[in-house]
Amino acid sequence: MKISVQRDDFDLGLEVKAFSKNPKIGAIATFVGVVREVAMTLEHYPGMTEKAIGKIVAEAGSRWQVADCTVIHRYGDLQPCDQIVLVAVASAHRGDAFAACEFIMDYLKTRAPFWKKEHAAGGARWVEAKSTDDAAAERWQDPARKAG
Amino acid sequence: MKLTVRFFASVKEQLGKDVEEIEVPAGVSSVAGLRAHLMARGETWKTVFSEKKLIRVAVNQEMAQPGAPIKAGDEVAFFPPVTGG
Repeated sequence: MKISVQRDDFDLGLEVKAFSKNPKIGAIATFVGVVREVAMTLEHYPGMTEKAIGKIVAEAGSRWQVADCTVIHRYGDLQPCDQIVLVAVASAHRGDAFAACEFIMDYLKTRAPFWKKEHAAGGARWVEAKSTDDAAAERWQDPARKAG
Repeated sequence: MKLTVRFFASVKEQLGKDVEEIEVPAGVSSVAGLRAHLMARGETWKTVFSEKKLIRVAVNQEMAQPGAPIKAGDEVAFFPPVTGG
């Protein structure tokens, strides 16, 4: 397992290669988020951000079979086409790898303390949280969990 | 009692500060109490903290609800809903 909140760029190929050599791994699903159209500055809460991602990864591991997992999220100044976030999940089978990867992204967007400030031509503005992101995270909650 | 209070993103910009060590009266024992205490500091504070649904709170780096208790030495952070990923 690897969690990194960093200023520097990352290399998907290298990160996947670094996964533990485990003959039980039969599937690796990856997601890379990229800056679209507008330059931005990403702020985070050092310490809490890493902990929050750790909890999300642990939660994924309790729901699906996860053999290995890497989450990298960048902060600082980013330009259009820059990579922002990487989630890679290794599992025995693709179903678990796909589901855990998507779950981690959905939870990361609504639970990990990052804030985007966009630098558009008209000036800088803080990005507002989207209800579609909340809805994407909500769908992973079963009724019993919701009630709790 | 002494607390460390942190502010992030738009909250930090509006208040013009990112971290502060503060001394609060004994009666302040919850997140909601601390919020009320900070709102009494002046107009800017009142405006920022009255945006109730737009402020999230973490106590000792864990997300917390308004009723969550706080004790001496805690780190309490206020910030807008998150927008990473």
